[in-house]
Amino acid sequence: MVKDLSVNLCVLQLQNPVIPASGTFGFGLELADTLDLDVLGAISLKGTTREARYGNPVPRIAEASGGMLNAVGLQNPGIDVLIREKIPALRKVFHQGVIANISGFSVEEYRECCAKADACDGIDIIEVNVSCPNVHGGGIAFGTSARAVAEVTSAVKAVCRNKPVFIKLSPNVTDIVEMARACEDAGADGLTLVNTFLGMRIDIVRRKTVLANTTGGFSGAAIFPIALRMVYQVAHACKIPVMGCGGVASARDVIEMMMAGATAVQVGAENLRNPFACPEIIEELPSVMEELHIDALKDIIGTV
Amino acid sequence: MKKQIYTIAENRLIAADTYKLVLAGEGQVDGEFVHIDIPGYYLRRPFSVCDTDANGLTLLYKTVGEGTRKLAALPEGTELSVLTGLGRGFDEHACRKKALLVGGGLGAAPLYPLAKRLKAQGKDVTVVLGFNREEEIVLEREFKALCNTVSLSTLDGSAGIKGFVTDAIKALQPEYDCFYTCGPMVMMKAVCQLLKGPGEASLEERMGCGAGFCYGCSIRTAGGPRRVCKDGPVFKKEDILW
Repeated sequence: MVKDLSVNLCVLQLQNPVIPASGTFGFGLELADTLDLDVLGAISLKGTTREARYGNPVPRIAEASGGMLNAVGLQNPGIDVLIREKIPALRKVFHQGVIANISGFSVEEYRECCAKADACDGIDIIEVNVSCPNVHGGGIAFGTSARAVAEVTSAVKAVCRNKPVFIKLSPNVTDIVEMARACEDAGADGLTLVNTFLGMRIDIVRRKTVLANTTGGFSGAAIFPIALRMVYQVAHACKIPVMGCGGVASARDVIEMMMAGATAVQVGAENLRNPFACPEIIEELPSVMEELHIDALKDIIGTV
Repeated sequence: MKKQIYTIAENRLIAADTYKLVLAGEGQVDGEFVHIDIPGYYLRRPFSVCDTDANGLTLLYKTVGEGTRKLAALPEGTELSVLTGLGRGFDEHACRKKALLVGGGLGAAPLYPLAKRLKAQGKDVTVVLGFNREEEIVLEREFKALCNTVSLSTLDGSAGIKGFVTDAIKALQPEYDCFYTCGPMVMMKAVCQLLKGPGEASLEERMGCGAGFCYGCSIRTAGGPRRVCKDGPVFKKEDILW
């Protein structure tokens, strides 16, 4: 039997729920010569700010058991270049969902960037990153306070008249449900969870931190159970759809995230280990569905 | 970029803490480096391609950390997932007639395929290699079989000229119209300051994806931010902000 992998994410129908997570797939174009991008459900583009940013000094990457740390620090060409150059170029080779990931240092910056993304034809969903752990005074300052996250959400929703707004939450909070509810109450159309966990490594020979930024965001297979738990809690507490993200590395992980309540599933650090991870997961899904007697993926969302 | 399985055909200590790894699989690979999934570690590790033929590829590596020590312990016959076709390498066309190649330690490895390409185009190749001590010398025989002149230096004087590669260059006074260098940053900086004319240097940085989409290895250059894995690892000397 032909398996139905499609899911409905707000107004957008995705051919499958597999989405490379922001920051782990560039602007899509970097992989256009290597992969058939059109097999993906959607792409969440690299986090974009109002002005171009170089990001943090190197080293920006560190190894860890079952995962990795990054402190890239939102390197990006700025929202105007995204809209003028990156999106039109991507749209020539990619015909599935495009998620613009917006970051900022003030409510005003979020509002301005989201308004521009909302007016851009090539963008389907706006994902607001209030959870980047690698920028001082950046997103995470908004993502760890329910009041601040609600303020950003309201401001952004007021200017996004055409497109669904997802708020990407930080796991570095005491109560993820409180954050999620604050977003929902402020009008968010959906939530992405989770971003990376704040961590660090020390080079014990040199007696220095591995990352030039001292701390970085921990991601990879090791965080999967924590991310799954947060998706489960939030999906049961909120009515708006959730994109589950955190340590997903296989078709089985995708199904587990969906059973926990995710409508779509983002694959992050695994792309860095294996640039072919998303197409491989999508190819693997039908046989795993067959094994588990699943005909349509949308039937399993939040069934546990 | 391709992801393929290679089989370890040889993994042997050839100098102090230095291993030669011969991987059997698709041959004549493109690219300056490969990215290898070492069992038990999360991120892949980048290695310069030292040679490639119809049967696969040869890499040299030093056991500097946990990942490379684990790699050194893998027996022949072990299968490894390898990303090939990565990085922008040395431009042999930047040289008109006479090239000078300057390698420090394992920096000699990526200069070897460059020397082969230059010789295939009928160009004169002078090689200056520097090591800490005699026990660390690699590729001397291979370069001597291929190139017009090969000069060696060691810091402790146990082989060749005693001192740095820059001392060997000053002693040799080689003729060249373009130079290429790979080795420790301090060495490449000294080489680029000493040598006149066009030159290229191969940089090293901790990488995430190795293929240009995670922006984990971006450095500042004279031309703006550049990814070492994709825009490099080889850069023109005037672009590098030492």
